[in-house]
Amino acid sequence: MDALLFMIFAAIAVVCGINLVVQTHPISSALSLVGVMGALAALYLLLGGEFIAAAQLVVYAGAIMVLFIFVIMLLNAGTEARGRRSWAHYAGVPLLLLLFGLIACLITRRMPASENVVFGQFTKGGPLDIGRALFTTYLLPFEVTSVLILVAILGAIVLARKEID
Amino acid sequence: MPANAFPTSAEYLRFLPEIILTLGGVVIMLLEAVFTNDDQRKIFGPLSIVALFAALLASISAAGDPGAAFSNMLVIDGFASFFRALVIGIGVLAILGSTGYLRQERMPGGEYHALILFSILGQCVMVSANELIMIFIGLEISSIASYVLAGYLRDDPRNNESALKYFLLGSFATAFLLYGVAWIYGLTGSTNLDQIRGALQTSAAPLVMAGAAAAFMFVGFGFKISAAPFQIWAPDVYQGAPAPVSGFLSVGPKAAAFAILLRVFMTAFGPIADRWEPMVWGCALATMMVGNFAALQQSNIKRMLAYSSIAHAGYVLVAVTAHSETGSAAAMFYLAAYAFTNLGAFAVVTYFSRKGEKYVAIDDFAGLSQRQPAMAAMLTIFLLSLIGVPLTAGFFGKFYIFKAALDANLTWLTVLGLLNSAVAAYYYLRLLVVMYFKDPGDSVENLEPAGLSLQIAVYASAFGTLLLGIFPGWVLDIATKSALK
Repeated sequence: MDALLFMIFAAIAVVCGINLVVQTHPISSALSLVGVMGALAALYLLLGGEFIAAAQLVVYAGAIMVLFIFVIMLLNAGTEARGRRSWAHYAGVPLLLLLFGLIACLITRRMPASENVVFGQFTKGGPLDIGRALFTTYLLPFEVTSVLILVAILGAIVLARKEID
Repeated sequence: MPANAFPTSAEYLRFLPEIILTLGGVVIMLLEAVFTNDDQRKIFGPLSIVALFAALLASISAAGDPGAAFSNMLVIDGFASFFRALVIGIGVLAILGSTGYLRQERMPGGEYHALILFSILGQCVMVSANELIMIFIGLEISSIASYVLAGYLRDDPRNNESALKYFLLGSFATAFLLYGVAWIYGLTGSTNLDQIRGALQTSAAPLVMAGAAAAFMFVGFGFKISAAPFQIWAPDVYQGAPAPVSGFLSVGPKAAAFAILLRVFMTAFGPIADRWEPMVWGCALATMMVGNFAALQQSNIKRMLAYSSIAHAGYVLVAVTAHSETGSAAAMFYLAAYAFTNLGAFAVVTYFSRKGEKYVAIDDFAGLSQRQPAMAAMLTIFLLSLIGVPLTAGFFGKFYIFKAALDANLTWLTVLGLLNSAVAAYYYLRLLVVMYFKDPGDSVENLEPAGLSLQIAVYASAFGTLLLGIFPGWVLDIATKSALK
């Protein structure tokens, strides 16, 4: 059952991911991204990451996507114009497939069967465990991330300021 | 609740440099909002230099009490302290070199200094991190600040191009790094470098997958150090960014990225060194070749220095390939030598290019020696050091690196590296010839004397270059003591 659900949601994520890239209208791409994020949330839930699944839905599929769509509408972005395709355009797809093939081969051949994921084995994905890890072992990365966000805000202000006096 | 939930005061002291830099950046941001006229805003430069010196003192005192901090997230050993002092020193020279430029281009100063401080903060976190998560966060702090600095002159299309290319390609490379981290976590169940090493040494984890993870992470690091084939961005970014920022980007983030490359590959991936060694070998050779041969054809000085910076990354990669204690010490020495040299060279270019960076073609340097003999002499010192002429820092840098490579039986790489540095001499000497033997054109006609802070930056860099070239022993001693085993 779990494996079947995994296959379904993984397929949704991949199809939406491809759709995100091939669509020419930004709104269609953004909506595909919602699909990717929703499917990922379901995958996290299957693996026992309850908190991550909820955060994925609330933060990414909810808040961030709304911002994305607002920006697209504010900019009034229309359908993307496709220019002449360079050789990279054609070489990219086969090379990407080659990379994925190599990775898939590596994982299926080399990974011992005993290391496979067992659904339901991991149980420490709840808010309590996450919170405890976040404020004890991972306290420093958690705090330093606030500086990262501060730098991003500062950068956005520098680049978007009305005029340089 | 674990016993070590509350950090001890010793751990805070080990983290003090980062705390000082954060406070410095935040104070500058607040003052920027309060200060309204230009006279008051002149304080930002001196203020950030004070913050950097305080951080330098804090990191030197932290070096006296080495150990881990914050549940092993950081490890303050000699290696971390060496690189912390290096990137903070780079910050001081970068700020000195940009004060005049900021005034001349009428750039708002507050955010600029705050961004430099935050970028250095990120680099300090990177070099002392003992955990892949910390490395990632430090790398992102440093990178985001760098992206914005590259596009700081918003109204200049060259800056926009530079920032956009840097941002898009940089984010792409970071994704590879994270993918590699995810693989390693899946294989070993840890993101702590020591635990990864332990897991790779003992467990039956498939080493070929660990090698693939190392390759993914190398893509991420390789971008930051502009190693071929991930070097495409460097010439465009260095050419487009404001000259003092290009100087900073070519040494600061690069030194920190080399520090984590060395730490991750020698500590965590130490047990699989025979797998990644051929990869880094090839990369080192390709980086030297691409950098040197492309630099031969450049007519723009910033582009030429960008390709030269790629080539120098190749030399340091030779030391990484050696993955020995002497190799690590040689890389540390080289990065310090290169920092002084390249910051100095970019400071002279900043001075010479003048308002709007009009004069950045190599031919514009014709006759510089007659109008500004002191500046031309300083640029000569830097170029000779980049070539690797004896009595300059670059000579001993290359010497130690190739010696470490020979000790590690990398004979072919050493030979090819030496041939490469012979090729490199051509394009540096060409600039010297233009500067000393060509008649001055109108580009040097109305050249005003350099400002005080820029002069300090240039002379301090030249002093450092010569000091490391004449008395290399003391820095090498420190590097050898604090090198990774």
